[in-house]
Amino acid sequence: MVTTFHFLLLSAALFTIGVIGVLTRRNIMVILMSIELMMNAVNINLIAFSDRLQQVTGQVFAIFVITVAAAEAAVGLGIVIAMFKNKETMNINEIDLMKW
Amino acid sequence: MLELILFYTFAAIAVVSAIFVITSHNVVHSAAFLGATLFGVAGIFLTLHAEFLAGVQVIVYVGGVLVLFVFVIMLISVERAEHERQFNRQWTIALITSAILIGEIAWGLFRGKDTFVLPPVVQRATGPVGNSEQVGTALYTSYLLPFEIASILLLVAIVGAVVLSKRRTPAEE
Repeated sequence: MVTTFHFLLLSAALFTIGVIGVLTRRNIMVILMSIELMMNAVNINLIAFSDRLQQVTGQVFAIFVITVAAAEAAVGLGIVIAMFKNKETMNINEIDLMKW
Repeated sequence: MLELILFYTFAAIAVVSAIFVITSHNVVHSAAFLGATLFGVAGIFLTLHAEFLAGVQVIVYVGGVLVLFVFVIMLISVERAEHERQFNRQWTIALITSAILIGEIAWGLFRGKDTFVLPPVVQRATGPVGNSEQVGTALYTSYLLPFEIASILLLVAIVGAVVLSKRRTPAEE
């Protein structure tokens, strides 16, 4: 029997993989993809509890999370294109204008 | 039993592809594995009886966001980035931090394991009211204002993305 605990563990694993991706990679595209991974992990949590509690609210929240993820991807990729036009790089280590 | 097999299949697809997303050298491969992860998560949604969300996941994420990612990868060159070092210098600290994070989450989950044991669903809502109708009713009655705000957010994001990535005309300089 699949318990809520299974889904929470899966969600925790996906979230941690996303965190590792954000913290360790240098390519900004992969960092944006890792952020999408983390949002998916959150959605699994919301929908697991929505199913277990028989409340549709969790699914509505998941829809809002997906909306925010889409908006974030659009703006993020716009920033990536602007960055590439200015610096010709996708490596975040070379974007150090504000580094102290 | 079938439920368990389905869960482990989709979970394995999602987690293994997610690991490949953050480890592969080529960005295009990362994007392809991200698609596999999103499909795995959509399958998880199906096992949770959220059919509408599974459809939205495939249409919006795989059909929209992922295609956007692939377009941007296509616009900017990937050859140079492929031969560079993929991980930054503070990756050891990052891994330690992530280990602490997963330890913390796992500790919390195992501590509160008994609170997640919810009563089993006696009778699922069947008949004419399906999942999409339920979500739609909630979205257009209780959550109408957040829904409208989300539409404004999307509009702002569209305008922002256009402004950020458009070419500057000499008159603006």
